[in-house]
Amino acid sequence: MYPLLSSGPATETLRMEKVIVAMQDPDMGMKMRNQRLLITVIPHAMTGKDIIDWLMQNYNINEEESLHLGGFLVQYGYIYPLKEPRCLVLRPDESPYRFQTPYFWTSTRWPVSELDYAIFLAKKNIRKQGELMEYEKERYSVLHKRINHTWDFVVMQAREQLRASKQRRKADRIVTECQEQAYWLINRPPVCPLSPFIETCRRALGRNRVKSSICLEGSYSEQYQNHDPIMQGCLPSNPWISDDTAHWTMNAALVPIPTRLRVERWSFSFMELLSDAMGRQEFMMYLEKEFSAENLCFWQACEEIRHGESSKIVEKVEEIYKNFLAPGAARWVNIDSKTMDKTLEGIKHPHRFVMDDAQMHIYFLMKKDSYPRYLKSDLYKSMLSKAIVPQETKKSVFPFVRRQRHSSPSPAQAAEDSRSKGPQAGSD
Amino acid sequence: MRSPLIPEMATQEVQLNETLAHLKSESESLKSKLEEERAKLHDVELHQVAEKVEGLGQFVMKTRRTLKGHGNKVLCMDWCKDKRRIVSSSQDGKVIVWDAFTTNKEHAVTMPCTWVMACAYAPSGCAVACGGLDNKCSVYPLSLDKNENLAAKKKSVAMHTNYLSACSFTNSDMQILTSSGDGTCALWDVESGQLLQSFHGHAADVLCLDLAPSETGNTFVSGGCDKKANVWDMRSGQCIQSFETHESDINSVRYYPSGDAFASGSDDATCRLYDLRADREVAIYSKESIIFGVSSVDFSLSGRLLFGGYNDYTINVWDVLKGTRVSILFGHENRVSTLRVSPDGTAFSTGSWDHTLRIWA
Repeated sequence: MYPLLSSGPATETLRMEKVIVAMQDPDMGMKMRNQRLLITVIPHAMTGKDIIDWLMQNYNINEEESLHLGGFLVQYGYIYPLKEPRCLVLRPDESPYRFQTPYFWTSTRWPVSELDYAIFLAKKNIRKQGELMEYEKERYSVLHKRINHTWDFVVMQAREQLRASKQRRKADRIVTECQEQAYWLINRPPVCPLSPFIETCRRALGRNRVKSSICLEGSYSEQYQNHDPIMQGCLPSNPWISDDTAHWTMNAALVPIPTRLRVERWSFSFMELLSDAMGRQEFMMYLEKEFSAENLCFWQACEEIRHGESSKIVEKVEEIYKNFLAPGAARWVNIDSKTMDKTLEGIKHPHRFVMDDAQMHIYFLMKKDSYPRYLKSDLYKSMLSKAIVPQETKKSVFPFVRRQRHSSPSPAQAAEDSRSKGPQAGSD
Repeated sequence: MRSPLIPEMATQEVQLNETLAHLKSESESLKSKLEEERAKLHDVELHQVAEKVEGLGQFVMKTRRTLKGHGNKVLCMDWCKDKRRIVSSSQDGKVIVWDAFTTNKEHAVTMPCTWVMACAYAPSGCAVACGGLDNKCSVYPLSLDKNENLAAKKKSVAMHTNYLSACSFTNSDMQILTSSGDGTCALWDVESGQLLQSFHGHAADVLCLDLAPSETGNTFVSGGCDKKANVWDMRSGQCIQSFETHESDINSVRYYPSGDAFASGSDDATCRLYDLRADREVAIYSKESIIFGVSSVDFSLSGRLLFGGYNDYTINVWDVLKGTRVSILFGHENRVSTLRVSPDGTAFSTGSWDHTLRIWA
């Protein structure tokens, strides 16, 4: 991925070579001709314009993209300019260019270490057939394929090094062999951890799969299309385009009246409702009317254990037990006996996930029961009807006058302010 | 050591080779059985299903902000939940927090290492995490006191044995998920620096990760140099699903907003979509004229569009359902190394080796 950490030529050069080979195809490739360079006639050449036209036609792209792609072919040395050879730029005009010979292709100019590794593996192979480890055999054949044109050199070097080492003392030879092996052991990728992979495969074979026709019916994107600002725009305007932050102000965490799109989203899924601070607030009000608010409180308390500090787990679990699970608790939650027993057992040795089963039980209870009823309730319907539909801001008459971009309070500032206000506010 | 001086070691070596060969053939046969099973339920292609969906019109997206201030390649960035602030990190060790809307820099930290390949904003907006060649992930609380040096309150959280490639806070400021060149991912408790869970299974460097937006919030996906994308259970540490169809390093993974699928971007110049319920790759986003690797991918809010940042300095916009390339965006003057859509989907940000970040809308 990064040049400093990679092993071998970048994969894009191999794909570039595919393009170059296609460009030189006898039937579908470029029509080359003699190009005039001052008084000399150069054969087998083409113009910059020819190159761009060919790329546009063969890859179905526009001129800008074609110029961009062609530019890389020149930059990487696969095509070179005849006029001003030091300036590796593709000009969309009559400037003449030629294809570079494969000997000079980037993929053949390898970092030395790859060659060294090839020589090392060749030596091992020559010394004793079958001495290579599995992963070394793989690398050996990959290298053999990739640097095939220098393979004679590799074998020659390997033979030469082996011959030279035979003239050394046996002890020294063994030490050197060990050192080399250790070096390549560290500098080459380790053997694939096969046992865990096999386990994963076995489990995967047993998993339930869903037919593609069911998975791919893709209604999620359709449902959310109107809510996707990049696709449909946003009201009153996209702040990044108009420099007006009204859209953000109207959609802040807690506002007196939310926007219509936002309230609509609450009906898309239970997760949507719960992830919106206002949505949660409204839902809590509804549950209070139904005398089942303890479910949401319980769920929130469990979330705080799952995502909170490790050091606070024990005390939070105790709090939850006291408030929600103990017999006669003030806000007792209705969990089935099997889950309750399991949870109470788990509480004896509290850990981060001890509430998971109970939390999921209550979550699905709310999702299947209270949530659908909330969506049919007057509370929700009235919220939907009084929700704001912002007016689209007309594009400015004087577009060259840029609005002032106002800064906003940093979340870090808000946190600091509330920390410093703490004692005075007496919130504890 | 593999010195043939000790005969017992030589025998052990032979045994090891045999076991290895046996394991290798077993894994190969399991792999092909798995592909057979997956293919059985594949009764329709994504683009066929998408035929009934309306096509997309022309797309006009432009650079709306350019953030200048890094002195070297920008490697990573992340959005704050407030939808306008971002944190970015670069090769020279600088980590900067910006209000992207005004383009003002609000905080700057110089890390004691170069190549800060990973950075993340805490959900509260009060801290940032970053790391790279130091093999660590550190958390810096953001202080607004001009006199305070941010580095003073730095907390060292994660420790790997090779470079840190990616990091992400989970649902709170209290836990961080990391991936590393040492081939593992790990979950850490921020307060104590304790390792909560580690994830083993990649055969080479892990380059990227993304947390699932699911109801139960317990899984994440990672991609690595072994061309594999693995889905993990955060509780047990087990790999629950694995996909290997890319032909080169996977540089970026991102969940589809519903959590039922994820996209990946690779050095093989393709982006791919994997459906978790169908348990297979369902789309490839590629074009013969696109020959450079993808460094970073993200979905628009509805998941209909997939944005890819490429090593040829461009951004390609894909229609996820139909599989076609909708638009190509020019602007950066070097590799695009990182790309994220803003939390409310109004824009996306890119970071590049040309030292700048751009906001597009």
